[in-house]
Amino acid sequence: MSTVAVAVGPSPAAVARRETLRALLRSKTFVVGMLIVGWWVFCAIFGSAIAPQDPLAQSANVLASPSSHHLFGTDQLGRDVFSRVLAGAQSILTIAPAATLLAVVAGTTLGLVTGYKRGAVDDIVSRLTEAILSLPLIVLAFTVIVALGNSTATLVVVVGVLFTPLIARTVRAAVLVERERDYVPASQLRGERAPYIMFVEILPNVAAPIIVEATVRLGYAIFTVASLTFLGFGVQEPSPDWALQIYDNYTLLAAGTYWWTVLFPALAIASLVIGLNLIADGISQVIER
Amino acid sequence: MSSPPATALEIADLDVVYRVRGLDREVLRGVTLTVGAGEAYGLVGESGCGKSTAALASVRYLPRNGRVRSGSIRVAGQDVLSASREQLRRLRADTVSMVYQNPVEALNPGLRVGQQVAEVFRVRGVRRREALERAHDALARVQIADAGLVLSRYPHQLSGGMAQRVVIAMALAKDPALLILDEPTTGLDATVEAEVLELIAGLKADLNTAVLFISHNLAVIQRMCERVGVLYAGRLVEEGPVEAVLSDPSHPYTVGLIRCIPRGGARKDQGRLESIPGFLPAIGEDLPACVFADRCALAEPICTSQEPAFHRVGDRHASRCHFHQRAGELPRTTAPARERSLEVSRTGDPLVRVEDVAAVFHERGQPVHALAGVSAAIWPGETLGLVGESGSGKTTLARTLLGLVEPTRGSIELDGRALPALAHRSHEDVRRLQIVFQNPESALNRRHSVRRILLRALRKLGDLVGALAEERLLALAAQVRLAERYLAVRPNQLSGGLKQRVAIARAFAGSPRLVVCDEPTSALDVSVQAAILNLLVELQAKEQVAYLFISHDLGVVRYIADRIAVLYLGRLMEVGHADRVFDGPHHPYTEALLSAVTTIDGGGRDRISLGGEIPSAATPPTGCVFHTRCHRSLGAICEEQEPELSQADDGHLLRCHIPVEELQRLQRNGGPAPVGQTAL
Repeated sequence: MSTVAVAVGPSPAAVARRETLRALLRSKTFVVGMLIVGWWVFCAIFGSAIAPQDPLAQSANVLASPSSHHLFGTDQLGRDVFSRVLAGAQSILTIAPAATLLAVVAGTTLGLVTGYKRGAVDDIVSRLTEAILSLPLIVLAFTVIVALGNSTATLVVVVGVLFTPLIARTVRAAVLVERERDYVPASQLRGERAPYIMFVEILPNVAAPIIVEATVRLGYAIFTVASLTFLGFGVQEPSPDWALQIYDNYTLLAAGTYWWTVLFPALAIASLVIGLNLIADGISQVIER
Repeated sequence: MSSPPATALEIADLDVVYRVRGLDREVLRGVTLTVGAGEAYGLVGESGCGKSTAALASVRYLPRNGRVRSGSIRVAGQDVLSASREQLRRLRADTVSMVYQNPVEALNPGLRVGQQVAEVFRVRGVRRREALERAHDALARVQIADAGLVLSRYPHQLSGGMAQRVVIAMALAKDPALLILDEPTTGLDATVEAEVLELIAGLKADLNTAVLFISHNLAVIQRMCERVGVLYAGRLVEEGPVEAVLSDPSHPYTVGLIRCIPRGGARKDQGRLESIPGFLPAIGEDLPACVFADRCALAEPICTSQEPAFHRVGDRHASRCHFHQRAGELPRTTAPARERSLEVSRTGDPLVRVEDVAAVFHERGQPVHALAGVSAAIWPGETLGLVGESGSGKTTLARTLLGLVEPTRGSIELDGRALPALAHRSHEDVRRLQIVFQNPESALNRRHSVRRILLRALRKLGDLVGALAEERLLALAAQVRLAERYLAVRPNQLSGGLKQRVAIARAFAGSPRLVVCDEPTSALDVSVQAAILNLLVELQAKEQVAYLFISHDLGVVRYIADRIAVLYLGRLMEVGHADRVFDGPHHPYTEALLSAVTTIDGGGRDRISLGGEIPSAATPPTGCVFHTRCHRSLGAICEEQEPELSQADDGHLLRCHIPVEELQRLQRNGGPAPVGQTAL
């Protein structure tokens, strides 16, 4: 029949994915965000290799202002700030994504179960979630880190667990809408079990908000890890971590000079978070259309 | 207002395009129509034909991706397309009003009704106090008895019918030269729809407002309008006085559309329904010179090469068809006789028996009795039609039967065995009871391909995997006439009718014994509805499956049901063979429901007005629950004592204090002509 307008491709999923991708690439917000984040990911992998100088090497040339030799100047131990900014991406871009991944997996599972099951399970988990969310995140985090001892693994687990309720709440809200659709009773009526309905039927339909939420959360995770580091509970010396650089040098700001020791790592953190938020905006715009 | 010009709306050669994924898609193709002052013009067509776009364009309110490519629109003599921002605002404030399909969404949920109605006057410079007074009068005009109370309410506290009255009151408050009604009664119950239509008809006579009435329902248009335009794929294919178009349609599409509607008491054992072959075109699709040629049985080569002119076929009656003289001879798509061999035998045990089932929900701590002791039986291979207004408990009954809702009292038996809630049912029992939902959009997982959906159903319901499942998948698809190429796509790439075929295929994956059909055609277009009903009847004859068929469309129920149950506030008011229920004597509630139906066979039937709306199931009336709205109430006995469901005739049960003989006598004198007996 010639009147039928159906795009019959080789695989409908592939067609849909390609179309979404094309729409994303048309979005300026998304592309700019990707360029920024892409740059920092590149630095996280190859930063130490492309850095003009050893980021950990100390020298007598302390607190030199930016020049052609030291683009971003040097810090109080005479280390090249430019090299340290390039190399400093690695620690944060390992810990924050790992913590976010943990939070997304745990939060999605929790959100699916509470949203689908409702009732007592939902009540208990939701109250617990609210209790956690009512406490200041940072205070809670460093209390736990102090108790458990500081290590990268602890940092990942603590930030991941603390972010879980937020993601669970978003997923639950999406699941509550989704479970009202008739395909849910339809699957119950062919004898499907709850895990199948939650993970195979509902999950693909709430994937979009989860992706957006994960991207936004990654931005927050970077802030949280940076804050913890700045307070001395996160990444430890002698890493060129950005927050650690700020921590090492912020007292020098009082003198009014030596601004380069703090400004460049601070800009690095800000640009990474902004880039992630741009990506999240781009994705949600494409999905909402 | 200054003296109104002779035409309220003048659309000339209007081309509208929507930009979708970077391409302009044609939605209206050279539409020309005129609505005279005080005239009611109906615009009829199926989904995607562009009727709402025409309405939106008339007030220059197209969505952001919409654009008028060429043509002109004049409202009350003023050019809409070239109007300045301020002129446009004045036009919308003073001259033209619009009423949308969903009244509750048309009102601001955060403002009291009074404030919103008063706004209409405020925007025209009336002071606050006076505006409120005039709002009161405006509501009184649309026959809202307690206007003061309604003004102080928020929109969500109003029923759909009441909200639509408020919206109409707002629309008419400024005495507009043109009133645009976009499917104003589509979301409402038949009983409420009848009341709203009566109201609009009455107001129109008083006000001399011109009306552009948009609907997919020919019967509604016939009742409300003097002239009608038939829109197909963005092109006006026929236009003329309503009576002329309906009695002597001159375009093959109009002919097909009229034939699709189950009416005149048509029943499934008398023959298949007519349907229009093919599918509605998607927007912006490349179409032949005559937009309908692909689906037209009269089409000849000239139809695809040369665009037909708008041929005059009668007084103000024109058709855009090369063969307009022969349109009435459009060959039928189906043979009138059918091969229905299956006679339902009710001598044996019923397939499903529902015994005194009650279901109570809790809403804000208050118990709501959705079902209050319903007993019914369905025999193998028969169709039990379930009718009643929304809120009567139809869907709850179906869900209880399926096990999705646990009854608070009573039992459900399948083949004489009691059935537990769904989670505790055996695999065998689960596969025996299936459902086809109202909205296939929602019933099919949009992230799964059709193949995946059906294979999973075959695996769970038919215990088939691998090559056997693949084989059965193709057979199943063929059975519901779903072309193989659709198996690879996702549901959102299919039209509504095709989606519903997938949903039906899924229900039939494991040879069910009973399929609940919950308004399976009400989300579909008329031409598609006929094909789906034919399919359901065909599957029933082949598979000997029983249906519990829920519908608010009595013509559809009449066509498909063997027996009919009438539900009101969770109680059965009447059960019996379809003929008995339709021909009477019937319960006063059934009588009122039947009288509310607007059919194109219509004629001068008296409508029985049901006083007000269905009461809340949280606080049902005492005695006979229907007494508050009953036009034949006997007084005290009805208010105090709940009548029994008693035998009126063989297998025909009524819940009424009035004896059957008396009902028969009352209904013969001056009662409404039953739907089933009215000849075209």
